[in-house]
Amino acid sequence: MIDETDRQIIQALQGGLPLVSAPYAQVADDLGMPEADLLERLSALKARGVIRRIAAAPNHYKLGMTSNGMTVWDVEDDRIAELGTQIGALPFVTHCYERPRALPDWPFNLFAMVHGSDRDEVEEKRAEIAAILGDACRAKDILYSTRILKKTGLRLKKKG
Amino acid sequence: MLDQTDRAILNRMQDDLPLVSHPYATVAKELGLSEAELLARLTRMTEARVITRFGPFFDAAAIGGAFCLCAMAVPAGEFEAVLTKVNAHPEVAHNYERTHRLNMWFVLATETPEGIEAAADAIERETGIEVLCFPKLQEFYIGFRVAA
Repeated sequence: MIDETDRQIIQALQGGLPLVSAPYAQVADDLGMPEADLLERLSALKARGVIRRIAAAPNHYKLGMTSNGMTVWDVEDDRIAELGTQIGALPFVTHCYERPRALPDWPFNLFAMVHGSDRDEVEEKRAEIAAILGDACRAKDILYSTRILKKTGLRLKKKG
Repeated sequence: MLDQTDRAILNRMQDDLPLVSHPYATVAKELGLSEAELLARLTRMTEARVITRFGPFFDAAAIGGAFCLCAMAVPAGEFEAVLTKVNAHPEVAHNYERTHRLNMWFVLATETPEGIEAAADAIERETGIEVLCFPKLQEFYIGFRVAA
């Protein structure tokens, strides 16, 4: 859990870190705390996994990765741990999860995100995944993203 | 357009920024740039939306909250109206249009596990469209980096 100070820190940073020479000092100043205290808090939040990393989220489209395919697979339940680990280890897979099916409409339980400069490249990578899954895969599909509709990240509600 | 220096910056900035007083100066030194040039290029790439966001990535689960991937089958004629209603929810962290009958895919990020169902229910009520929830059962890998 997080205390009120942590919450204020998260709220101050959820829009992003300022692009200035001393960003933590600026944020600390806004919060009315010494920079050293803020750095200590951030370090603790990182150690607890509340902050995964402080980094840039690139826009795949603007980097020429214009084809983004969410590949989905119906994999036998007793083999998904083994096969999901193999698919997740492929260098071109950026996210890989087991998720519940929503039968009868949605039989797929393995999701693997694949990016490429065009759909042919994505299809080649998808074929590599299909080859690894082999007979353990009963159905498959791919959903290309055609538009980013929103991208903001977690927002904490204001409290009190 | 991005030059080689921009690409080197993007590759580096997808990794963790150090928790020191002048973190950009530290990274600039690694890349053989001045701090001023790094900041100018980061600002330019953020304004051009090559970088969609720069800062801490929070894990909602680590503060007792939750993430959930959700999908809706939105009729084509209603897409923009439904989109406005869905995106108005602060719990909607990302939203993508995709090629499928289920054509709107979004991630809910909430401060409590119960918040997911509450947000999904609210969206169903407001739009009259079923919201399918696909919470992660196992995470095999998040190799979040993209080679720029």
